[in-house]
Amino acid sequence: MAAAHPLVIVGASYAGVQLAASARELGFEERIVIVGDEVHAPYQRPPLSKGLLTGKTSVDNLALRGPDFFAQNAIDLMLGRRAIALDPGARSVRLDDGAVLDYGWLALATGARCRPFALPGSTLEGVLDLRTLDDALRIADAAGRTERACVIGGGFIGLEVASALRARGAEVTVVEAQPHLLARAFPPLMSSYVENAHRRRGVALLTGRGVRALHGAQGRVAAVELDDGTRIDCDLVVLGIGVLPNAELAQQAGIAVDNGIVVDMLGRTSAPRVLAAGDVASMALPPAPGVPARMRLESIQSANDGARALASLVVGREAPCTAVPWFWSDQFDLKLQMTGLAAPGDEVVLRGDMASDRFSVFYLRQGTLVAAHSVNKPAEHMQSRKLIGARARLGADQLADPSFDLKTVA
Amino acid sequence: MPTIHYILKDGSRRSVDAKPGSSVMENAIRGNVRGIDAECGGSCSCATCHVYVDEAFTDRLPPADEMESELLDGVASERRPGSRLSCQLTVTAELDGLTVRIPETQS
Repeated sequence: MAAAHPLVIVGASYAGVQLAASARELGFEERIVIVGDEVHAPYQRPPLSKGLLTGKTSVDNLALRGPDFFAQNAIDLMLGRRAIALDPGARSVRLDDGAVLDYGWLALATGARCRPFALPGSTLEGVLDLRTLDDALRIADAAGRTERACVIGGGFIGLEVASALRARGAEVTVVEAQPHLLARAFPPLMSSYVENAHRRRGVALLTGRGVRALHGAQGRVAAVELDDGTRIDCDLVVLGIGVLPNAELAQQAGIAVDNGIVVDMLGRTSAPRVLAAGDVASMALPPAPGVPARMRLESIQSANDGARALASLVVGREAPCTAVPWFWSDQFDLKLQMTGLAAPGDEVVLRGDMASDRFSVFYLRQGTLVAAHSVNKPAEHMQSRKLIGARARLGADQLADPSFDLKTVA
Repeated sequence: MPTIHYILKDGSRRSVDAKPGSSVMENAIRGNVRGIDAECGGSCSCATCHVYVDEAFTDRLPPADEMESELLDGVASERRPGSRLSCQLTVTAELDGLTVRIPETQS
């Protein structure tokens, strides 16, 4: 009897589902199993911090694929089950219900989880974080009643939640430990733009301030105490302090992990026939000046493009992932779109007027366009993605001139 | 329920019963219509849900707003007069029979 070589995918979100779909499209004929620890069918995550909280998106419209998709593509979806042990030598993975799945290929798409918040008061009612659909439904439910909310952490998720809560009429305070918002992603020019944008829209923003404790009354959160003793009264706290990769399964199996599962540009881990993609994977980047050897990118684009590389690999057509990174964030009436990887020392070029809330900031490294951050300028974002992919060489004067048509650049 | 017809790349037709109030993109995803990627999940950010609306219907749709129009400039396949982002098209009873053609590529 010919040995079967099923593709077992651990994780039922963007990377896992895209891998299964792409593998089928490329003609993979063996069994495909997706193991997901949530009970929900795979769903879209971006609306969780945006439309679902404001009420613009209904929970009925969140499915990542139609209900028939998995059956039609002969993808065995095992929901509500968790992989607890991986044996790369035996090529098997064990689930929490005792089942053991043998694999020909194993793909780890286990994502990330909210960083734990260890300070006093974190277990009070009304202290929520946001990763899953259930988390988002809890926040959406609380959002209808909250009068004063405090968001701890001024990253993209925190700022999106702040903007959604503000849109629903709550008073909102954002506390950020760093001196500037989004300091990891943005240079000071963009950070201060975002700070001002939130302040102008009524968000109270406190930067460079730590949180000492959360205080409650009758088991419910009532105030956030800062490290300088300031108390912010609130009836809802949302934590947006970042995530940790779910890399334990790989780590316990002896697979190389360094802030995420280390993978090459094909998506291969240090163990044979074990692959990884999505938020959990720290993938090698195409070598270029000023670019790190690899990076763990938390974005849908990275999940999808990483998964496509894995799919190519399992059908024997190696296709390294060289996609230009991009992601977006919706905050109030602002559509922030980011592409490429900026680094300290890049030449920063502004195109347009920040005060109009419609502009782009470009990043040049030795004359080559490496990144662009756009606000309400989707066409410039789309064009930038192409130009960055082509490693286009451009002058700062050209980029800064709104009459210079980026589409004319070869 | 209004029906939406999707004409796929190979010329075949997929018809989906659509919920009023949902988008043409969401119905494509629910109906597993191939060729609408919708990577951003319908937040008008990625231009991968591009469709060509049949001439008979172009005038019956609200025009593209500035943001959608800008994104249409960046679609991977040719932009034509009927080009729209299907995430921005809301299904109504009046749009019963809406026919959209899937472009060659979304990315």
